[in-house]
Amino acid sequence: MGKYFRKKVLVYLITFVLAITINWMIPRAMPGNPIQIMLSRITVTPDTKAKMQTYYKELFGLDKPWIIQYLNYWKSIFTGNLGRSISFGLRPVGDILSNAVIFDFLLMFPALLLSFIFGNKLGAVSGVNKRVDNILMPVFYFLTSAPYFWFAVILSFIFGMQLNIFPLGGAYGQFVLPGFSLHFILDFLYHWFLPFMSLFAIMLGQWAIGMRNMIIYEMGTNYSRFMEAMGSRRGLIRRYAYRNGILPQVTGLGIRLGQFIGGALATEIVFQYPGLGYILFRAIIDQDYFLLQGIFLFIILLMLVANFTVDIIYMFLDPRVRVSFSGGSQ
Amino acid sequence: MRSGKEISAYLKNHPNLYFTVHNKKVVLGLSMFLFFALLALLGTLLTPYNYSDIAGGSALPPNAKHILGTTQLGEDVFSQVIYGLRATFITGLIAGGLATLIGISVGFLAGYYGGSLLDEGLMMITNIMLVIPIIAVLVIISAYLRHLSVFIQALIIGSYNWPWVARAVRAQTLAIKNNPYVNLSHISSIPISRIIREDIAFNMFSYIFMAFILQFSGSVLAAATLDFIGVGPTQGISLGLIMRFAILAGAILHGYWWWMIIPGLILTLLIVSLYLINTGLDEVFNPRLREL
Repeated sequence: MGKYFRKKVLVYLITFVLAITINWMIPRAMPGNPIQIMLSRITVTPDTKAKMQTYYKELFGLDKPWIIQYLNYWKSIFTGNLGRSISFGLRPVGDILSNAVIFDFLLMFPALLLSFIFGNKLGAVSGVNKRVDNILMPVFYFLTSAPYFWFAVILSFIFGMQLNIFPLGGAYGQFVLPGFSLHFILDFLYHWFLPFMSLFAIMLGQWAIGMRNMIIYEMGTNYSRFMEAMGSRRGLIRRYAYRNGILPQVTGLGIRLGQFIGGALATEIVFQYPGLGYILFRAIIDQDYFLLQGIFLFIILLMLVANFTVDIIYMFLDPRVRVSFSGGSQ
Repeated sequence: MRSGKEISAYLKNHPNLYFTVHNKKVVLGLSMFLFFALLALLGTLLTPYNYSDIAGGSALPPNAKHILGTTQLGEDVFSQVIYGLRATFITGLIAGGLATLIGISVGFLAGYYGGSLLDEGLMMITNIMLVIPIIAVLVIISAYLRHLSVFIQALIIGSYNWPWVARAVRAQTLAIKNNPYVNLSHISSIPISRIIREDIAFNMFSYIFMAFILQFSGSVLAAATLDFIGVGPTQGISLGLIMRFAILAGAILHGYWWWMIIPGLILTLLIVSLYLINTGLDEVFNPRLREL
């Protein structure tokens, strides 16, 4: 294993432990009794209330020493016992979230991947063609500057409300049964298109601007000038510039992920798309502590997995890192 | 008063300033930015209403009395936008400033002591901060905090947004610190704080200024998203909050475009202006980009 890889894994491990600790600490550091606050928000019979109170007290384990509480919290995470949600009819939090995260994945992954591919291509064209640049760049600057959720509102308003081409919200129709039928898949794609487009378009602008600047920079470097002086084809020089420019873009992917996930969550709220964002929205309104803690955990996991994937991709793209990974025995 | 000739002679002797005032992007961006800044500062003189006043009928489209219409409760959207714009500028200045400050401090230290244990430790913290998304932390914090002001929110955003500044400044510092003139200061036993300030920081001034601009827009966007999700300030108004209330009232379904689209448009244009300034300055400081 290379030094690069070991360091990354160490950072991710520390981050994970830190995140879990923050998650454990915050309800305990806050003023007031979270159990009472939570119970005061729901209306049930006094009998059920008393039962829930003992259930929560045991779950939090507030009467035990803090180190035991902390270890118990870790145990509950690995056994998948994240408590029950008050805003979703006392369903287990782990259950709600693992259903939701599928929708997040289906929305975010294609948007990220496709915008990366097309954004870089468009940016590269913009970087070498002044006419294209003058048309595309203002559009891209506008897209990058727009908040994700605001752009989602515009798409939803124009295509959903005014033109009535696409549905306003949800992940599939009310009368469609989820399953692997063609009918369901088509209906799913029909609902998926607008939220996907709003994420895709904004990310597209960011990649394109980044790649355009990289290409202009690379085309001015000594190796490009040397190739030009040697009489190489323009296409070949551009290809080398592109391959060099893609590396900072992959690094940028890691940096933009947090912003992207935040934007995607907000977009889901606009389209009432049943991913983590929409659940988060309801959990905040209801002050549903267990659900909030669970969402925090899932977002962190999402970030860790995504960052790790970016690192692996980087390893394949950058020969220098690849050499250190395999110990130079290519 | 200086005559026009004197000014142009002055500019010729200061090439950076000369290219700044002659760069269309900078001029356009700066005028847009100043327009919004003036609107935020003096806009309250243009409207008799406070942001929470019931000013007129429910959900009126833009008209002579309410130039941006009213909300479902009858509040004046224009007044809300003015006050929201103020919150946006406060967030941008405080959060952007704080993030830049922390970022350059960490970057200088890590870069100057590149390869040492201090550098490793600081970069470890930076990388961890990059992976923990601010949204998750703010969700947890504000779920338990009863009251959150625009100011506190800006401080939280600022103390989370610095990692990429730190990484970029570190890389630049590593490149600069091996220059002969830094070594000369070194053998002259000049204190490290002065070397960092005078030899390294001064050479990166344009870079740091541009980082601040990007931090400003990044913080403002983050704040709007957080407000929209529902972990924004509990007192006052912001552009994100206006849009949140619009969506909660079903503005898309009812077609209240003035209530949900205009605040976002103003925010977007403000950020476009910052990008214009940033790219324009990039061309000013980086002659290679100027030719295109």
